Amino acid sequence: MEYFLQQLINGVTLGSIYGLIAIGYTMVYGIIGMINFAHGEIFMIGSFIALAVFLALAAIGITFLPLVLLLMVVVAMICTAAWGWTIERVAYRPLRGSFRLAPLITAIGMSIFLQNFVQVTQGARVKPLPPQIQGGITLMDSPSGIVVQISWIQIIIILMTVVLMAGFSLLISKTSLGRQQRACEQDRKMASLLGVNVDRTISLTFVMGAGLAAVAGMMFLLYYGVIDFYIGFIAGVKAFTAAVLGGIGSLPGAMLGGLAIGLIETFWSGYFSVEYKDVAAFSILAIVLIFMPSGLLGRPEVEKV
Amino acid sequence: MANSTTSASANRPEGAERLSEERREAMRGEPPFVEAPTDDTRLVRALKEAGVTAGLVAVLTLFFFFFRTDIAVGGLNLTVDPKSWIIAVGIAFAGRFLLTYFVFAGERPTIGGWKKVAAASARWPIGKVLGITLLLIALTLPFLLMTLLPGQDRYLLDLSILILTYVMLGWGLNIVVGLAGLLDLGYVAFYAVGAYSFALLATNFDLGFWICLPMAGLFAALWGVMLGFPVLRLRGDYLAIVTLAFGEIIRVVLLNWYDFTGGPNGILGIPKPTLFGLEFSRGEGSFSDFFGLEYSSIQRFVFLYYIILALALLTNFVTMRMRKLPVGRAWEALREDEIACRSLGINTVNVKLTAFATGAMFGGFAGSFFATRQGFISPESFTFIESAIILAIVVLGGLGSQLGVVIASVVMIGGIELLRNLTGLQAIFGAGFDPTQYRMLIFGLAMVLIMVWKPRGLVSTRTPSAIYKEKKTIGADLVAQGEGH
Amino acid sequence: MNENNRNWAVDPVLSVEHLTMRFGGLVAVDDLSFDVGRGDITALIGPNGAGKTTVFNCVTGFYKPTEGRIALRREGTVSDAALAELTRGGQQYRRADDGSIFLLERMADFKITEIAGVARTFQNIRLFGGMTALENLLVAQHNELMRASGYTIGGLLGLPGYRRAAEAAKEKAIEWLRRVDLLDRADDPAADLPYGAQRRLEIARALCTNPVLLCLDEPAAGLNPRESAELNTLLKYIRDEHGVSVLLIEHDMGVVMEISDHIVVLDYGKKISDGTASEVRNDPKVIAAYLGVDDEEVEEVERDLDVATAHTPVQGGAL
Repeated sequence: MEYFLQQLINGVTLGSIYGLIAIGYTMVYGIIGMINFAHGEIFMIGSFIALAVFLALAAIGITFLPLVLLLMVVVAMICTAAWGWTIERVAYRPLRGSFRLAPLITAIGMSIFLQNFVQVTQGARVKPLPPQIQGGITLMDSPSGIVVQISWIQIIIILMTVVLMAGFSLLISKTSLGRQQRACEQDRKMASLLGVNVDRTISLTFVMGAGLAAVAGMMFLLYYGVIDFYIGFIAGVKAFTAAVLGGIGSLPGAMLGGLAIGLIETFWSGYFSVEYKDVAAFSILAIVLIFMPSGLLGRPEVEKV
Repeated sequence: MANSTTSASANRPEGAERLSEERREAMRGEPPFVEAPTDDTRLVRALKEAGVTAGLVAVLTLFFFFFRTDIAVGGLNLTVDPKSWIIAVGIAFAGRFLLTYFVFAGERPTIGGWKKVAAASARWPIGKVLGITLLLIALTLPFLLMTLLPGQDRYLLDLSILILTYVMLGWGLNIVVGLAGLLDLGYVAFYAVGAYSFALLATNFDLGFWICLPMAGLFAALWGVMLGFPVLRLRGDYLAIVTLAFGEIIRVVLLNWYDFTGGPNGILGIPKPTLFGLEFSRGEGSFSDFFGLEYSSIQRFVFLYYIILALALLTNFVTMRMRKLPVGRAWEALREDEIACRSLGINTVNVKLTAFATGAMFGGFAGSFFATRQGFISPESFTFIESAIILAIVVLGGLGSQLGVVIASVVMIGGIELLRNLTGLQAIFGAGFDPTQYRMLIFGLAMVLIMVWKPRGLVSTRTPSAIYKEKKTIGADLVAQGEGH
Repeated sequence: MNENNRNWAVDPVLSVEHLTMRFGGLVAVDDLSFDVGRGDITALIGPNGAGKTTVFNCVTGFYKPTEGRIALRREGTVSDAALAELTRGGQQYRRADDGSIFLLERMADFKITEIAGVARTFQNIRLFGGMTALENLLVAQHNELMRASGYTIGGLLGLPGYRRAAEAAKEKAIEWLRRVDLLDRADDPAADLPYGAQRRLEIARALCTNPVLLCLDEPAAGLNPRESAELNTLLKYIRDEHGVSVLLIEHDMGVVMEISDHIVVLDYGKKISDGTASEVRNDPKVIAAYLGVDDEEVEEVERDLDVATAHTPVQGGAL
């Protein structure tokens, strides 16, 4: 029971990170109908920027933790968002409306490019960061010796995810930008005829997705304390799985899918085998797509004859 | 009444015109929403845009050029390198300025404009001539290399073998993606199944190359059917992501199933192919001994080269032949319109499975060849990046085009591999410069640039599989890519 | 056409009985029964949204009906008792000397075309746009050619049996291209053909599957008057020379009234009228359904309708 609770907490934390990345996938897929393969790399870039900011702040003597964290989030979000914007502008916009495989190939090309760009500029070796936020709240201290604990960093991750999700949902449902975005999702040509700047809306989608991925990257860095140039691929595929599981195009779905994938992975590792945890996640992806292609919260698609 | 009827039909565009109009409309990148043009002069605009670009590059590269995290004693160390950052920003400024001022010459710089240039398509005779020329070069390549470039022949022959392996893989995947329109991102799975089947059969049962090769191909085809079956209902991107997942699952299983596959250590000591029992080694009973030649290690390379050339040509021959058979025509029809296929009594399940199986079989052959050439295999050789490279070759070459695959393989694999030789660049970038490090970086960038330049690939026309009177190639804009509907 | 000439009641090739199709809460087709006579041209008409295309999709297997039986008598007249036995037995079809019968609602879509012999066209043309007109017609002969090629193996080896079959298939395709007046465009990609030619090519493609029943979904939509007239000739030719029964959905009353032997009228998924052209034209319910008027106005409307049908309102193409 204690073990179960601890795994649950760990699973929710991991799921929050996946959920934040998944939002980027789901929004981009919703608006332009392509898998932004490079989104996992955006997440990786976010974590590298967060690390560099942390070290730079330490070098100039700023060590007050809340301020450090705040600056890390802000700078990482801004710089990563710039990457998101640039990728869209360079690799996807020229191909908008072109044939469907082309942006997928440029996305894969971008993904390869970004991985190797970081590898070349920052080195191929893993970057360890000692845990910065230690301690936590002990929820249960059983006589069997298993302690159920929720660490401060886990609390921060979960809280931050909740806050970002809430803010984001408001943004999409209440603001003019959100309305434009939903309009583009429904019918891009019509939205454009009605005076919506489609290019700008799509760019902003990428920017927002990248911002959230940057937060996820920073939290990944703080939570696991190890990053390398390759973390984006696996995290990206799993986050995409989460987006699909939740129903692609749906924001709550992305979060829900993220939690589901996080929990599945944690419990699988906790009770079965760590080696096959990726197999579990990928199998879920395949099973969901085959038997429930519209996901948990997505709209079912009817075949038109 | 009669009058209004005629005017109504006169206003309606002719069918084909209307269709192509619709198509053009749907493909248009530029939306009706247009930003107001500025009144700046060319110079001012160029400066402005260069400034924006430079600023963007400054932000993008700040944490990658300016700051660099290094592992030091007791944690991480931050080093600062403003020089390369400033250089990068400067290059961005100058580059954008020159581009805006001279190339775009006052027009708004939309890269979309390039596509119009690319629309002019290659003519059929050029393709035929080029194909025959390439075939002749391929057939005589080992001798050409040995006489013309004796110093580098081994390296270049090895590179040619590598390129041909990718040509074969590209041709195999072309059946699935190019002809049947099924987007497969996990093709490397079949390559892996072929390689592991071959290696396990050859090392455990002591079977020769020529027995293991077809068996490995059959195994891979079987896997093609097994993995194809669950994904029959999926289309487009979903199909891509599930096939990617399958590819990764197979790799993870190969990595963790120690008893069977040797785990991360892989399988060692895979036997080399023999020519009717003649080995390519020194001493008794070897090829050189039998023919009374002097032993040279290049003989084995030449032999391997001809094996892969023969396998690749077999792939090409079978594919070209199948295109003219009902099954191949059904593949292409499936790519064009699945529902119409069903309405004509075609069992689309079988059509898809044959495409998966045929493509997988050739992937399996290529995998066997890879295993025997290396003598050693491990899961590391079968990562997603391989699938991505093969798919990139097919798409960059032009979907469904056999010649395109060859060109794309030579450009992408050969071109990138040649980077290794550019050690001369060390003079410019300093002794620490290692061009091989940039191989995949440039590969990724090249994928993006070629795709933006030619979204339909290098050879984008389709040749009909049956002719009544006159053979006309079909422009890429008419051919569907299997996006379903 | 008089009361005695009700071929569909005597020798039906297709019998739709109590067909119901629900999508969630929406009832698209509601307890519909009608027969299609062998060798007849039968038109299925009705206002937009009446459920005509849904009926088509049920007949051709693209939808599985919620309830009902769709029986196709491919040849011969099968007794109702035999049909009932087949229905109870749970089989999909039965082939016997006194005629074969197929229960279409139980069969997969491609099987319906392959073995039952029902071919169809689509409201929004579904040609293989990147393939030539000739290739389109060759794809339609897939199953025959597949067998001739020894399921690809014989074809790969270049056996003479396949080569002969391939030649024959090409001959057949060319014959149909000539018939629909597209021979000079045989080597052009289908997407490059004018609209009317695409409609004709789609019909020719469906005919290449050797159907006994041809289902046409709005074949005259978007055609100009000359093309509509040519279509009429073509459909009559198919019926008279090839003995193919035709079931068509059409909004163009000119086409419907001129060529139909039998007309079935749907409204809101229900049959409101069934009979010959003259019977249906004079049915007050049909007029009301089409024009949405009260019964008192029917007489007035009837006069207008006679005028309208005489003048062939072509612009009514549902696009």
